[in-house]
Amino acid sequence: MNKINKELQILGVVAFFTLFLYWGVEPFAHSQMHKHVEGEGFAYSEFKASGKKGNVENGKVLVTGAGACTGCHGIKAINSPAPMDASMSGASYGVNPPDLSTAGALYNAKFLAELIKNPAHALKVEHKFDPAKGKMHPMAQFYGAGGDMDQEIADMVAFLKSIAPKEMTNKEAYVDACSRCHANRYGKLTQIGETTKFKYKKDELAHQIKVLDYQDSLKKYMGKLPPDLSIIIRARSEHFLETFIENPQSQLVGTSMPAVGLSHEGFEKVIAYLGETGDPSKPARGELGPWVIIFFVVFSGLAFLWKKEKWRGHH
Amino acid sequence: MAHFEKANSVGEWFDQRLAINTLKRVLAFEYWIPKNINFLWAMGMVLAATFGMLVVSGIFLLMYYQPNVDLAFDSVNYTIMTEVGYGWLWRHIHGVGASVVFLIIYIHMFTGIYYGSYKKGRELIWLSGMGLFVAFSAEAFSGYMLPWGQMSYWAGMVITNLFSGGSLEAYGLVEWIRGDYVPAQAFLTRFFMLHVLLLPLVIIGLIVLHFGTLRIPHVNNQDGEDIDYEEAARLYKEGNVKDSKVIPFQPVFLAKDIFVMGVYFILFFYLVFYHFEFAMDPVNFDPADGLKTPAHIYPEWYFLWSYEILRPFSKDLGLIAFAIAQVIFFALPFLDKSPNVAPASKRGLFKFWFWAMLIDVLVLTFMGKLPPTDALFANIGLISALVFFALWIALPFITKIEKKL
Ligand code: HEC
Ligand code: HEC
Ligand code: HEM
Repeated sequence: MNKINKELQILGVVAFFTLFLYWGVEPFAHSQMHKHVEGEGFAYSEFKASGKKGNVENGKVLVTGAGACTGCHGIKAINSPAPMDASMSGASYGVNPPDLSTAGALYNAKFLAELIKNPAHALKVEHKFDPAKGKMHPMAQFYGAGGDMDQEIADMVAFLKSIAPKEMTNKEAYVDACSRCHANRYGKLTQIGETTKFKYKKDELAHQIKVLDYQDSLKKYMGKLPPDLSIIIRARSEHFLETFIENPQSQLVGTSMPAVGLSHEGFEKVIAYLGETGDPSKPARGELGPWVIIFFVVFSGLAFLWKKEKWRGHH
Repeated sequence: MAHFEKANSVGEWFDQRLAINTLKRVLAFEYWIPKNINFLWAMGMVLAATFGMLVVSGIFLLMYYQPNVDLAFDSVNYTIMTEVGYGWLWRHIHGVGASVVFLIIYIHMFTGIYYGSYKKGRELIWLSGMGLFVAFSAEAFSGYMLPWGQMSYWAGMVITNLFSGGSLEAYGLVEWIRGDYVPAQAFLTRFFMLHVLLLPLVIIGLIVLHFGTLRIPHVNNQDGEDIDYEEAARLYKEGNVKDSKVIPFQPVFLAKDIFVMGVYFILFFYLVFYHFEFAMDPVNFDPADGLKTPAHIYPEWYFLWSYEILRPFSKDLGLIAFAIAQVIFFALPFLDKSPNVAPASKRGLFKFWFWAMLIDVLVLTFMGKLPPTDALFANIGLISALVFFALWIALPFITKIEKKL
């Protein structure tokens, strides 16, 4: 008995120093290395809700008419194709305006209203776009269609919400929210769509040139090529991703990435997709893990019996 | 040629040619281990088993890894993690194994220091062990280059830069090591070769040597007692296992080792499945980019203490301090002047020396990861580095005046 006590004491000392070591090089070091940023869970408390109830019918008229949204954006949900293909849009705006079919679910409603009123402000890129200096944001500001502007905006938001799918896949959320800037090569996505297989080398090269051209426009617009997000889920902590996506300026002051304005649900879908491309073994780990551990628990139990048997009479 | 009788069994056939019965006797059934030991004496076999895991998982990774600067990152992070069946499992075993092996090495080393297992005939065990430590360090560093992520690239840059020798400005040597002006294809291919061929061979050779050096002095025991092995073995063979102070390596010592290994593997696989992030630095999941220096460059945790000895001093002094820190543990058997082989708790001032060294190395480790810009942490780092050297300078003196037990 005494012997076992002593072994346990030694184990305690080893465990203590091991945990202390772990604490020092992981939680403690990280708490000192990264600045602490509090998010607000995609609440967008800085944007005020107008409180107006939107009218879907009128919203549709505005979005496809005076609001001019469809002048730049496609909306597949109502069979309204994008006016230009990705390459041409890239050349005109620097970036391809996303399809708005999912916008009502993907983005926060207060954010959307602010975006329509003042894109550079909502997207937190006023350091880059300042009308006073002649630097206009490529998304035109909505100046009203002659009526109560807050009401008109509420109508458009209501319309976007009404067409948004009840269920969107993680991939759809990612494509609409991030894909115009970020490629995801493990998800086989370029900035201008899925990587397709070509029968002829010539077509493949032509496609690659299109991608490169788009990236050139994007580089000019953003100042640099946004990184590929294939495995970003393992390169950044979940907390970093959450606070950064909510407000890029909070983590990278002066960055040209806009505050995308995701709703909480939209964020969860985007993160889930990043998990699918960057950490696809997660489900398999959860399935196999317990069995391997049970195996070694049983192994240790049997080994213990064997040890007792072999050591019998030795003490 | 020797004369061979017809063998009556397969065992006999082999025995005639390889003397396996003698080998089994000398290396296993009559290789006597003291009875008075605790689970820390299983750490050696735990290390051997972990090395085995690293070899097996490494072989699986090697079948898909591409040592090419354009392909390496995706061959690891995409091909192995997504397309290869259980590729993720092999990779996480390899990554966790590489980190945990150092934890066990440090436990094994400090066990040796605590019980004085490096003296009086056991010097070569210690020296070959230190050889293993250095070889494992090189193995871990070269392996860290292979995914060709940001930390591979920049750690490779920083560490190879050290070979310029500070004011000696031996950039020719640095370029010779890299095979290029900066880490690039030649660099990756040669570290690949080192990692999968040369260093594993060296390690295997050193393990054989390490085991060889153990055979004649036998392992130490909890009280540092000088056991009369002939007498103890005679008692054991006569069947008086209770009074004998020894047990045979096989099967009695192994029975306990295997139990300890089982418990260790529960923990090991818990880490592999649920907590592998600590062993795989996030920064290395950004692909290498020679134009973008990461905000913080730091080595893996097991190199932090010596990295922190490099940092607080001026360039040349830091390098010298670092070089000494790398090899000073080799000198332990010769700097410890006391003839006592006993646990530190019974050894006067050495008791304090042991705990001070352990805590100092821990503090150095913590400081080594923190950004050097923080004055408080930089000062703690400097003081701990000075304490480290003070302890080594004090060692011969305090052990000289130690009372003989
Ligand atoms: C002149 C062209 C233009 C018009 C008109 C326009 N947009 Fe945009 N829109 C853009 C561009 C370009 C972007 C991409 C901006 C960027 O990513 O920096 C964009 C982005 C968006 C986004 C995504 C913003 C985010 O959070 O990432 C939404 C939602 C949006 N527009 C909705 C609308 C709505 C609703 C209207 C109509 C009121 C509208 N847009 C009118 C060009 C336009
Ligand atoms: C209008 C273009 C644009 C859109 C849309 C966009 N990003 Fe970015 N993103 C950027 C740019 C540009 C950078 C590079 C920022 C820098 O280094 O300053 C960046 C960087 C990042 C980074 C890396 C930050 C770091 O630590 O280096 C992450 C993560 C990221 N984006 C995630 C997202 C996600 C997720 C989405 C979709 C919800 C998204 N981005 C949408 C332009 C964009
Ligand atoms: C990583 C590879 C290593 C392996 C596989 C290994 C293996 C072993 C084994 C099996 C033993 C006998 C059982 C035991 O006491 O644990 C042992 C003993 C020993 N090892 Fe190692 N070892 C390794 C590294 C080291 C290192 C890095 C050191 C220190 C520098 C070291 C120093 C010693 C000493 C001093 C002993 C004797 C212990 C005693 O007599 O009580 N070994 N090693």
